[in-house]
Amino acid sequence: MSRWAKFALPLLLLLVLAAPAWTQEKPRNYGIGRAATPAEIAGWDIDVRPDGQGAPPGHGSVKAGEQVYMDKCAGCHGEFGESAGRWPALAQGKGTLATNDPVKTVGSYFPYVSVVFDYIRRAMPFGDSESLTNDELYAVTAYVLNLNDIVDDKFVLSKETWNQVKMPNRNGFYDDDRKTSEKAFWNASPCMKDCRGPVKITGHALAIDVTPDSKTQKHGVE
Amino acid sequence: MNKPPDTTRASRRKFLAGAAGIVAAGATAARADNAKNLPPNVADWTRNLGDGVGVRPYGHPSAFEKDVIRRTVPWLTATPESSVAFTPLHELDGIITPNGLCFERHHGGIAEVDPHDYRLMLHGMVDRPLIFTLEDLKRLPRVNKIYFLECAANTGMEWRGAQLNGCQYTHGMVHCVQYTGVPLKLLLEQAGLKPNAKWLLAEGGDAAAMTRSVPLAKALDDCMVAYRMNGEMLRPEQGYPARLVVPGWEGNLWVKWLRRIKIGDEPWYTREETSKYSDLMENGKARKFTFEMDAKSVITSPSPQAPVRAKGFTVISGLAWSGRGKVKRVDISLDGGRNWRTARIDGPVFDKACVRFYAEIEWNGETLLLQSRAMDETGYVQPSKNDLRKIRGVNSIYHNNGIQTWALKPSGEVENVEVG
Repeated sequence: MSRWAKFALPLLLLLVLAAPAWTQEKPRNYGIGRAATPAEIAGWDIDVRPDGQGAPPGHGSVKAGEQVYMDKCAGCHGEFGESAGRWPALAQGKGTLATNDPVKTVGSYFPYVSVVFDYIRRAMPFGDSESLTNDELYAVTAYVLNLNDIVDDKFVLSKETWNQVKMPNRNGFYDDDRKTSEKAFWNASPCMKDCRGPVKITGHALAIDVTPDSKTQKHGVE
Repeated sequence: MNKPPDTTRASRRKFLAGAAGIVAAGATAARADNAKNLPPNVADWTRNLGDGVGVRPYGHPSAFEKDVIRRTVPWLTATPESSVAFTPLHELDGIITPNGLCFERHHGGIAEVDPHDYRLMLHGMVDRPLIFTLEDLKRLPRVNKIYFLECAANTGMEWRGAQLNGCQYTHGMVHCVQYTGVPLKLLLEQAGLKPNAKWLLAEGGDAAAMTRSVPLAKALDDCMVAYRMNGEMLRPEQGYPARLVVPGWEGNLWVKWLRRIKIGDEPWYTREETSKYSDLMENGKARKFTFEMDAKSVITSPSPQAPVRAKGFTVISGLAWSGRGKVKRVDISLDGGRNWRTARIDGPVFDKACVRFYAEIEWNGETLLLQSRAMDETGYVQPSKNDLRKIRGVNSIYHNNGIQTWALKPSGEVENVEVG
C-alpha cells in the first residue's frame, strides 16, 4: 500500500462516517404531515383518465342528459351546444381545424371522453362546481356526445360503455416536437448587419382599434 | 446629433401636441406644473408635517401612481371569473414584479382560502398518502428562487397581426418574483414514490379545480410548493396560501390554491392540457405538452403606453426571459430587424428568470422600428413573428414568442405594428 493510500483511506472513511445528515443518499423523513385516510382521499380524488380509471359508479342516458343540459348548461352553451354569446361552443366545428377559422369543440377537438366527463365533474356547472350526481354526470356527458353525433339517441354512458365512445379527434395530437421542427431557431451567431431587405409596415394595431380605453384616454399633453 | 435633450415642459407639450390624439391606455398624461411647489417657492410638503408612522400599516404606492395597475381586455372573455388582468410592464423596471401588479389569470375566480383549513393531499402511487397543513409546509426546509411565470397565451392575440396597442396587453401575462417554498422533491420523498411512478396530477382548490399533469422528472428536478412571493405570503390572486412552481414552463401548470398532488404512471389528459393549452398547427393537428416557454423579450419603454417625451438621449428598456435556462444576450434593432446591436443586461441573471436590458440611443425624431431579440444559454434565438408563422401557422393561440415591433413616430408616440 502506498503512503498516499495509508493516509487517505482512513481519512476518507472518517469523512464518510462523520458526514452530516443532509449529505446522506437516503431521503430524510422529517416526520411532518400525517397519513391521509381513505375517506379523505375518496372525497377529493375526482380525476378520471382516458382509460376510465377514476370513473365513479353510475350511468346516464342521452335522454336523461337532455334534461340536465337544458336545466344547467344550455343558458351558456346554447340549446344545441352552439354557445350563447361568448361561452365555449360544445358542438359543431367538424372539419374546421385546418381552416383559417378553427372551431374547437367536444366533437371537433377533444381527444377523449374523459376530458368532457372529468371537466364537468370538477368545474361545471360554472359557479356550482361538484354539484351534479354521478348519474347526472354520465347523463349530461352522454347528451353532449350526442349533440356531436358521437353516440346515438339511445346511448347510455357508464364505466361499462366508456370504451365504446370513439372521439373523432383522438389521433389529432402529437408530442411537442419543437426541438426538431424548430431546430433552425437554435443559432449560435445570428445575423447582426444587413439581415434583410427594406422593411415595410404591413399592419397597425391602431387601425384595428380594439385596445381598451385607447380613444377615451387623455392625450399625452393637456 | 449634438443638440442637448429638450426637456422644458412647454416644448414637450408642443412636441406631443401634433400627434393624432390617441395615446394608449395607461400612458401617463403630461400636466402643467404647480409653480408654488417649485423653486424659489417652498413646497407644501416641505412646510407641513406628513402622516406619522402607523397611519399606513400596510404601505401602498403613492396616490400619484394610481395608473400603475393591472388592466383587462373586457371583450376577450365571457366572464371576469375566467379571464385575465395584465401586468403593467411599461411602468416597471428591474426584474422583480411587485406582488400587487403580477398578472392574474383565473378559471373560476379567486379562491379565498382560510389558511387554517388549508390542506395539501399527496396520494396515488406512493407508499404513504399524506396530508400537510400550511404549518407543516412552513416547518419543512425551504428554498428561495427567482423565476418568471408566463402564461402560454401571452401574446396570443397577435398571431394574425398587430392587434393590441400596449405591451401591457401584448406581453403583460408575465411576471417575475422570488418564491419561498418547499422543493417538491422533498415533499414527494416524504410520501415515498412507487417504482413505476412517472407523472403527477396537480389540482387546485378553486372553483375550476384546475388540473394539469406534470412529468415526474420535472417535479423532482426544480419544482416547488411555494407559499411566499417577494417575502410575504402569496397574494390570493396568486394562489394563497400555496401554489405549484414549475420553473420555465407554461403558467397554467403552476397550479394555484394547490390542494392535491396525485402520483400516476400516465398523464391524465385533462381539459386544460387537451382542449386548451395545446397548439393547433396549420394542418389541423395539435402539439400537446408544449411545456417550455421559448426565449422571448419585449421593449417595455418606449412602447405604446410609454411614449417618448423628449428628443435627444433616450433609454430603451426591456425584459427578456427563457424557459430553457439563463438569458445569455439581448440584441435590439432600430430599423425593424435589418441591423442589430447588443443591449446591456443590467441586474442579476438567474436561471429561468427575467433579465432587464437597456440600450441608450440619441433620438432625433426620426421614425424608428424598435425590436428586441433574446438568446438563451441553449443557443435558442427568439424568432421573428413571420418565421414562427411559417412553421406554426396562425391558429395555435399559445407560445407566441415572436419578435415584437414598436413604431416610434416623430411625435414621440409608439404603435404596435407588424413588419414585412
